[in-house]
Amino acid sequence: MSNSSSRERNLHRQLANMKHSLFDQGYLDEQFIQLEELQDEENPNFVEEVVSLYYWDSVRLIQNIEQALEQNPIDFAKLDNHMHQFKGSSCSIGAKKLKKECTQFEKYCKTGNGEGCKRTFQQVKKEYATLKKKLERYFQFARQVGCVEKACRPK
Amino acid sequence: METTGFSSPRPDAFPAGLRVLVVDDDPTWLKILEKMLKKCLYEVTTCNLAREALDLLREKKDRFDIVISDVNMPDMDGFKLLEHVGLEMDLPVIMMSVDGETSRVMKGVQHGACDYLLKPIRMKELRNIWQHVFRKRIHEVRDIESQESLEEIQMMRNGMEQYDDGYLFCGADLISGKKRKDVDNKQDDRHYGDPSSVKKARVVWTVELHQKFVKAVNQFGYDKVGPKKILDSMGVPWLTRENVASHLQKYRLYLSRLQKENELKATFGGMKQSDISSKDTAGNVCPQNSSNASQNNVTNGSYGICGSKIPIKNVDSKIHVEDMKIASVQMAEPKEALIGDITDPQKCSNSRTGLNHSFRQIGLDVKCEPTIPTQYSWTEVPPVQFKQEHKPHFQSQSWSSEVRPVQFKQEHKPHFQSESSFSHLPLARNHIQVDCTEPILSHHPMPSTNEKDKRADIGPNCIKSRSQGIGIVTPVESTAELFSVQPKSHLTHCQEFQLIPSSMWNTKNHSLEHILLNDVDSSQRNLILGTGSSFRLWDEELQGYSPRGDFHPQNAGFENIESFAYSNQEIIDDVPPLLYDSLNFDYGNASETMEYPVIEQGLFIA
Repeated sequence: MSNSSSRERNLHRQLANMKHSLFDQGYLDEQFIQLEELQDEENPNFVEEVVSLYYWDSVRLIQNIEQALEQNPIDFAKLDNHMHQFKGSSCSIGAKKLKKECTQFEKYCKTGNGEGCKRTFQQVKKEYATLKKKLERYFQFARQVGCVEKACRPK
Repeated sequence: METTGFSSPRPDAFPAGLRVLVVDDDPTWLKILEKMLKKCLYEVTTCNLAREALDLLREKKDRFDIVISDVNMPDMDGFKLLEHVGLEMDLPVIMMSVDGETSRVMKGVQHGACDYLLKPIRMKELRNIWQHVFRKRIHEVRDIESQESLEEIQMMRNGMEQYDDGYLFCGADLISGKKRKDVDNKQDDRHYGDPSSVKKARVVWTVELHQKFVKAVNQFGYDKVGPKKILDSMGVPWLTRENVASHLQKYRLYLSRLQKENELKATFGGMKQSDISSKDTAGNVCPQNSSNASQNNVTNGSYGICGSKIPIKNVDSKIHVEDMKIASVQMAEPKEALIGDITDPQKCSNSRTGLNHSFRQIGLDVKCEPTIPTQYSWTEVPPVQFKQEHKPHFQSQSWSSEVRPVQFKQEHKPHFQSESSFSHLPLARNHIQVDCTEPILSHHPMPSTNEKDKRADIGPNCIKSRSQGIGIVTPVESTAELFSVQPKSHLTHCQEFQLIPSSMWNTKNHSLEHILLNDVDSSQRNLILGTGSSFRLWDEELQGYSPRGDFHPQNAGFENIESFAYSNQEIIDDVPPLLYDSLNFDYGNASETMEYPVIEQGLFIA
């Protein structure tokens, strides 16, 4: 029993560390914590569900931006609109770095700087993918911890 | 989208059980908000399309206590939805957005939002939303109280026969109009209860009711008459002076807004026209301008029902009041012109109806033919305009972007996504547009083409309205669908619009085409004419005007227009502070942006 609990504690600690580093490195912000606070018995995997939903839905938003960037000439108003949507969605999961890149993108958009937009968008996609991997790892680990917890729970 | 279980809140648990409708096109946010609201113990219904939300709301007026909506949505601009809800259902609406720019927030407030939340939203912000519901209820209780005395008097009268003559005296006292607080309530099983449980007998300004109102107002002149006279003239027993008074205020503001829009439009070249026209058409399902003659009121009443499309159209075709506002600053001359050009009311009304029709049609594929002979040949313009392709979301966006720089200081981005509603009618629209403009022209020989141009440019919607009627554009549209009274207002506005622009622009070129072609650059024209996106443009541009209550500027007499032109300030001054919330405070911001939504003539709920 003590083994299990210390194992649990270790796992918990690792999970906590993972999370902390995500925050420390600026990948996530307060909003993520808000999501965690919403998680309860009724929705025990709420955060993961939300993040999954975000990654699933944002694919089309990214496509919209890409398509808009491919136009010639670029319709910056439309582009800005798409990015606005994407940014709004991204802030729902607390994607801090991603949001920053989006803001940068919007600046270029407002000044009609197509090249700047394209460059920044590469950064946006990079951050988007990086965060996705990190969160996937995090949730996977969280599930493991959850399993261990359940397994260790006295019947 | 989901459904709620109950239809009425549990008063004892207030604010728990508050019935909230959340509208957001982003599924992630929708999920989060749903969870957050559930945590607050509210009863949540989610919706990711504005249109669906409106349907839900209309389906059962008392189903929700409050609406929370995102500002940027693909099918309909959040501000429009806000206007609709305010007008039709009079529910408190909270706006949300990632964008916290002051102008946007201001726009929200002008459109009648109770609050404007910035995303990401915190739990504590949501926990407090019940205050908006509570506040409204308290205000309504006051209205109800005044209304109740009248109702109770009625009831007393009805029940009189059951009592002996002794009660007659009692009744007489009541009938004297005093508010009764402790009257014998044998028959009266109404109860106030605490504000949260009061089932307000909110006055719903239906089309018929509003028509009666407008008729009464027109009898005396909208700017001179007082609520008592109107009430007496309307002959609606259960209506109170207070109801009429507040409705009148909204109406006046609406009219003045429209006027501003006209001015604005004149300045901007008619972008708005399409809005106006669309409104009109929407209002009247009927198509026809020609048939309007007889109807002014009749048609008004017939709004019909264009079907689901209309609503959309109306929304889009709203006259952008903002535009108007901006124009209002420059309106010194137009006013005069306005007065001078006012054609006879009959014509106007016809055109109005036409407009209304056109609006409706727009929604439906309106084919409003301008019955009114136009002096300018619109038809020339069309080919160019129709090219525009209107893809549902993007079109409006590009459209707006194109249009923006040229015509408006568009602040808001082309979140037009509501285009889709228009996309189905591109051709129809185009035609309508042309038509719409015609009537306007015919009524107002003055080169109010600017307005038209604008309208034409703005898009099919705009034009449509034009032909229909006088050209009140947009404001009416949005409301058109709801109230058939629009036609009148359309007309009024049309006239206003037409007159103002022409004088304002000092345009030497009186031919419509000329103006159209010259004033607007062809791409814009194409865009505008070609698609319903014009509506969108209108909406976007004009947003800002939709007060909670839409006014149906149905001034039969043009003197009203005049007074509008001149008395905007007066109107404003007269408006009680309370109303300012829901009114677009264009006056102050006229120069700022044209984003104020067009007042919807159709909706006018006191």
